[in-house]
Amino acid sequence: MTARDWLLDDSPASRLQANLGRAWRMGTTLLRNPLAVVGAAIILGLILTAAFAPWIAPETPFGQDLANRLQPPSPQHWMGTDELGRDIFSRVVYGSRITLMIVSLVAVISAPLGLIVGAVAGYFGGWPDRLLMGVTDVFLSMPKLILALAFVAALGPGIENAIIAIAITAWPAYARIARAETMTFRNSEFISAVRLLGASHGRIIFRHVLPLCTSSMIVRVTLDMAGIILTAAGLGFLGLGAQPPMPEWGAMISRGRSFILDQWWVATMPGFAIILVSLGFSLLGDGLRDVLDPKQAGER
Amino acid sequence: MSAISLKNVDISYGDVRVVQGASFEVAEGESFALVGESGSGKSTVLKAIAGLAPDWTGEISVLDSPRSHRPDRSFASRCQMVFQDPYGSLHPRKTVDTTLAEPLAINGIGKRDAKVIEMLAAVGLDRRFRFRFPHQLSGGQRQRVAIARALMLEPRVMLLDEPTSALDVSVQAEILNLLKRLRREQGLTYLMVTHNLPVVSFMCDRMAVMNKGRIVEIAPSSALHDGSFTDAYARELYAASGGNPDRKDMP
Repeated sequence: MTARDWLLDDSPASRLQANLGRAWRMGTTLLRNPLAVVGAAIILGLILTAAFAPWIAPETPFGQDLANRLQPPSPQHWMGTDELGRDIFSRVVYGSRITLMIVSLVAVISAPLGLIVGAVAGYFGGWPDRLLMGVTDVFLSMPKLILALAFVAALGPGIENAIIAIAITAWPAYARIARAETMTFRNSEFISAVRLLGASHGRIIFRHVLPLCTSSMIVRVTLDMAGIILTAAGLGFLGLGAQPPMPEWGAMISRGRSFILDQWWVATMPGFAIILVSLGFSLLGDGLRDVLDPKQAGER
Repeated sequence: MSAISLKNVDISYGDVRVVQGASFEVAEGESFALVGESGSGKSTVLKAIAGLAPDWTGEISVLDSPRSHRPDRSFASRCQMVFQDPYGSLHPRKTVDTTLAEPLAINGIGKRDAKVIEMLAAVGLDRRFRFRFPHQLSGGQRQRVAIARALMLEPRVMLLDEPTSALDVSVQAEILNLLKRLRREQGLTYLMVTHNLPVVSFMCDRMAVMNKGRIVEIAPSSALHDGSFTDAYARELYAASGGNPDRKDMP
């Protein structure tokens, strides 16, 4: 019996084998989707770039060289230099760390928050539902960037505050999805059966309701990553996110705005980075939607 | 000692009173059926006993202890329910193993692996089904898992809500035989809801006929052989079922 047969065995002998087999099936399904592979490769590239930034970047992101300011792309400076003579390629490489930090922190804060608020509201119904969804609607009714702007203005500019502000604006959408999904099965018999077994409400929500919401949540969060990056870039562009000299991509575009007609590369190169990473998350999100969809899982 | 006792129970959903003045006693070890057409309130009686239809008045007691209006842990280990639809009563993302270990985990019982394996054997499921998901099982296999889950806490009373009506005829017979064998082996008390009279004569000792939310007659299941019903509606129901030839080949 080969390792592959062992993984794909339809009557696994142990919990470990069953879980590995499932992961294997999901992995192969994802690999069969070329766009998802491209997306995954881009995200992997982002992670590796962030991890090995000091080895990849030819210069420091902060080193000024006023003699070589605003140089066009060349073999020495692959993406040219900015108005202080800093190597734009190095700054983009280091900027990937900031982007990755923003994206992962926002996801870690807002996805569980939205998931729990939505599941609690959907599971209990009645006044907890009305209260929680009322709060959610207040947040949803305001444009994301404006709300984030207001929070940053109140908290003070800076990358940490930008992350908090984006997280605060991102969770209501997740709460809505989790609530809608919870309501579809809160009266179903498998939930009644667990209640009859004596399970507490907390256990039912965490062990039985949330697992059914997470796959659509993962897809949604991945698809939202692009929007999160853009909001962070927007805040950076407006001078309310990362502060100079941090190589945040949005802030870099903002600085390049003054030279956009004569020295196009200063604003364009970080713009390409934003587009590429946003595209990567979108493609991966689409692929994950296909893999995690329970109806498809039934066919394989 | 009575396993289940209802005295003058009214059950409502919101403003609608679904069951009125229901009273009956089920002795320990007995198999009792609630029969009637759709909408007569027979499933609602089960739900009220289980605590899933909390809006009731009257007296309900199970194994001589009065029922609260919600499910609770001490009740869970004495009385369990098997639902009608095996496609909806199993969590779609949990393996058979997780589903069966959950009752033990909730109630803090150890030796889960051994107990799961033992219970799979008791309900006639091969061990290779243990790590499968519900969508990889047939309807009959799913219902066996649901029965196994209900038996994990070793209850003495089982509430069966049309346990075979969602299954193929051939599979129905298997599940009914399984339920009959489990009752004999473990000395269980059954309260079974069904609209299928042949199932009653196969499985049950006595039955209550329900119509429009009221119990109109309680009769031994031998009445199904000699037709000795006294109530007009019960006679009508018996005639309707007896006059239907494709029901005669049922076990």
